[in-house]
Amino acid sequence: MSTKTISQEIEKQELDSDQQRFAELDKIIAANKGQAGVLINVLHKAQQLYGYLPREVQLRIAEKLEVPFSKVYSVVSFYSLFSTELQGEKTIEVCTGTACYVKGAADVVSKLESELGIAAGDTTEDGLFTLKTTRCVGVCSLAPVILVEDDVHGDIEIDKTAELLDKYK
Amino acid sequence: MQEQEEIYSLEDQKRIALRNCGLIDPEEIRDYIARDGYKALAKTVRRSSPPEIIAEVKSSGLRGRGGGGFPTGVKWELTREAVGREKYVICNADEGDPGAFMDRSLLEGDPHSIVEGLTIAAYAVGAQQGYVYVRAEYPLAVRRLEKAITDAKELGLIGKNIFRSNFSFDLEVRVGAGAFVCGEETALLNSVQGDRGDPRGKPPFPATEGLWGQPTVINNVETLANIPQIILKGGDWYSQLGTADSTGTKVFALAGDVCNTGLVEVPMGTTLKEIIFDLGGGIPDNKGFKAAQTGGPSGGCLPEEHLDIPMEYDTLIEVGSMMGSGGLIVMDEETCMVDVARFYLEFTQDEACGKCTPGRVGTKRLLETLNKIVEGRGEVEDIEKLKALSRDIKKTALCGLGQSAPNPILSTLQYFEEEYKAHVIDKDCPAGVCEELV
Repeated sequence: MSTKTISQEIEKQELDSDQQRFAELDKIIAANKGQAGVLINVLHKAQQLYGYLPREVQLRIAEKLEVPFSKVYSVVSFYSLFSTELQGEKTIEVCTGTACYVKGAADVVSKLESELGIAAGDTTEDGLFTLKTTRCVGVCSLAPVILVEDDVHGDIEIDKTAELLDKYK
Repeated sequence: MQEQEEIYSLEDQKRIALRNCGLIDPEEIRDYIARDGYKALAKTVRRSSPPEIIAEVKSSGLRGRGGGGFPTGVKWELTREAVGREKYVICNADEGDPGAFMDRSLLEGDPHSIVEGLTIAAYAVGAQQGYVYVRAEYPLAVRRLEKAITDAKELGLIGKNIFRSNFSFDLEVRVGAGAFVCGEETALLNSVQGDRGDPRGKPPFPATEGLWGQPTVINNVETLANIPQIILKGGDWYSQLGTADSTGTKVFALAGDVCNTGLVEVPMGTTLKEIIFDLGGGIPDNKGFKAAQTGGPSGGCLPEEHLDIPMEYDTLIEVGSMMGSGGLIVMDEETCMVDVARFYLEFTQDEACGKCTPGRVGTKRLLETLNKIVEGRGEVEDIEKLKALSRDIKKTALCGLGQSAPNPILSTLQYFEEEYKAHVIDKDCPAGVCEELV
């Protein structure tokens, strides 16, 4: 196959997967359409599908649910769990609840920031990790707590975070 | 988690809300039924009229466990009497106070008790549709609740003509998306409707104009977990527990600098000392006790001199804190109280929805002033400025969260003003926490 046809092939595959995801999104919307108060629910499911909520996804939801785009955007921007930027493959969340604060969550955040070479809220260059802080996850007995891909790790010891992250690389 | 919770001697506790947690398989409806589950619902719909149920709950003296402490029976009565096209019941499971995990444990450990409690509430007020609003940070709770609802529907315990009566009730889970303000009931209503979680002004109260403008009851998770037991054993039985104004038991989430962390359920009126030192085993590493924080970002910090106060709604307010939902964070002598206030303000400021000026700008100014103080740039006047602005915000903010946002500052100023002064006058952090001052 010539170089040209390979790139065309890749483009076509991407296009296909884009269309597939749009078809998937349309199904989610159709299942909820006509019911009251479903916008947040639809956004959750769309974010599961895409990993984030890019503008074109928000536009599609607005159009198909027949609500103004401004309303979709105002809801997306209000809630902290909706993201308009592509996230890393794995998310590391440091709990910043009161018990974790008392047990040194701030030190855990700085340690992870220096280890990953990014600030909280950012994604590593290789796209593997997004580092975030999160509101109380309610496992205060195990403070300080971090979540990696929804796995809960409690009683975090600062000098063992590197070891922990290695398991997810 | 499980092991940690089992450290406590169960004899010192009185488990009503948590009666099934850890004992039953929460995903097995028959386990719940075997422990008298759905019996209260059967008694309700087959043998009691809605006013009888409301009278029973009123006589129990049960007050809202989410923090407000409003009498549950009265709330139901107001909603029942309100005129509307339809009525709704909502369970507020948006447990957002950092350091609180009572509701998570109930939702994960005994989801059917919430389903049953809410269904009884629906019968009492005349609602046919209910919602459980759960925060998205609790995925396991969402899953178990959804399973509980599906299983209950399959057995006909919710749905059409429950126990062959004329009463029908349907229940749905709504998941939040990370906004602390949605725990405030009017913001929650907007969020259940799929909108931004901006609070509404009160009145009208949800009892008259709630979801879609219709009369709505909003009850906290722990409140609802008590309902089946009250119906089965009677309001009088429940009112014998606890104190005269705060009846029954309360679940506290014990965390921070304390030997045994986890949940405890004790009769109302148990002292702070008993909870922290007897059940909690005291402070680890032989350190001294400094403060106990109750009520989350809306509450306050209590010093050693108040260790003997009974934990009940009104007493806690008198000493400048509040019951809140039950988070109880213990802080040892190495905690800087100015930094604690800053921590809470950073939280409330970040979570402020932006609708009203005191909530949006006022909390920002409070946080800036606190940052100035912990960074060693504080001036003596800042302390008075904090007090004045705090009072203004309390009087003028739109919702309960805004109005209570200054509480962590006011209570630390009330009991630890010397520490503020050390920061601004001596440029010293006595606890050795604030980096610029050590």
